[in-house]
Amino acid sequence: MAGKDIIEISDNNFDTEVLESSVPVLVDFWAPWCGPCRAIAPVVEELSGEYGDKLKVAKCNVDDNPKTPSKYGIRAIPTLIIFKGGNVSEQITGAVAKSQIAAAIDKAMS
Amino acid sequence: MPVNENQNGGKEKLVQQEDLYDVVIVGGGPGGLTAGLYAMRAALKSVLIEKGLPGGQIAISDSVENYPGFESISGFELSDKFFQHAGSYDLEVLQEEVTSVDPGLEHHSVTLRTGRVIKTHAVVLATGGSPRELEIPGEKEYYGKGVSYCATCDGFFFRGKTVVVVGGGDTAVEEALYLSKIAEKVYLVHRRDALRASRILQQRAMNECKIEILWNTVALEVKADEHGVCAVTLENVQSGEQRDLPVDGVFIFVGFIPNNSLVPQGIKMNADGYVVTDEKCETSISGIFAVGDLREKYARQIVIAAADGCTAALAGAHYVEVRKGGETVCAMPVSPA
Repeated sequence: MAGKDIIEISDNNFDTEVLESSVPVLVDFWAPWCGPCRAIAPVVEELSGEYGDKLKVAKCNVDDNPKTPSKYGIRAIPTLIIFKGGNVSEQITGAVAKSQIAAAIDKAMS
Repeated sequence: MPVNENQNGGKEKLVQQEDLYDVVIVGGGPGGLTAGLYAMRAALKSVLIEKGLPGGQIAISDSVENYPGFESISGFELSDKFFQHAGSYDLEVLQEEVTSVDPGLEHHSVTLRTGRVIKTHAVVLATGGSPRELEIPGEKEYYGKGVSYCATCDGFFFRGKTVVVVGGGDTAVEEALYLSKIAEKVYLVHRRDALRASRILQQRAMNECKIEILWNTVALEVKADEHGVCAVTLENVQSGEQRDLPVDGVFIFVGFIPNNSLVPQGIKMNADGYVVTDEKCETSISGIFAVGDLREKYARQIVIAAADGCTAALAGAHYVEVRKGGETVCAMPVSPA
């Protein structure tokens, strides 16, 4: 599944791409000025490849899209949220280990 | 006769030691990355394991103005330079979590969360430290939802909002000053009637009209609604009076603790939990070294963590040579030509 695209989420397409998705969605809330966000980005990309069609992976730039992070009470980045059936299933803040993110994805999928 | 013995022994050793590393470095901050750089230059079979973000604490600092050679550089850029430099020697880096470091007589073992066990002659512990937590209700629950330990990371979300900073040292005052440029109002909550921060910082804080210092006050609880943090419960330690202060963010800077949970039993630590080493950065267990903020020392600075990493890698190279029974120490660059 290498090369699976990571979708760019905006305040406008959040509902259709994330809340109405048929598979769980991992959303990476980030900003260009955030060092830890840059560090975690390749890990998120790897996970996107490894989970293939079972998981949709999206990025949301909080600079350009203030409404969505505000709606979910996000006040620190990077924050990763796994949405399942339109609801928050798991939430992780900070540049954590890949295994911890994978564990959260597995939990959300189970 | 001695030559034959050596050759046979050498071949056997090679087979056995295929999976045996010379040095495993736990932690990817300035100390660990410098240890990796020097270990690779000394031709050691090395791996660096970092569970999160390579670069360590500096990667999230706004700017670094005291690393020699750089008048001012962003923390992320400096840590990236460390990472790229170590990478230029093909240092193997694993993004994994280490669950234990176990000393042994034949070799030491480093176990990963995945269950993989890495055998190694030498270990460099470079796990650094973390901000101390207040350990009050709501702090853990609302981390990332208004509770923060890094103003430069999260200040962005508090433009025009009200925040409280807990602490009275240099970091607390520096971060309060940083936040005063973004937020509408900054309360600085300190349990005593005087700040510990340096005079110059104190003066700046007193002169900043957006900062209001609440003396003799402690935070008891962080409260939140569906949007995140909405208030902090404060107590005046003199009057005993309690009240809820409406705030959008709580920034906590109440000290620093060494990340010593992976330090094996039997390694000497001081009363504050910092690892005690000799001048080679070697701990009380041979072949296990400690560098950077984890190690007991006078000052915690990037340049000192880097220097520790260098010392540990050079001493580690010597240790490995001796373990392998080699008499030459040519792999160890003692000093630049």
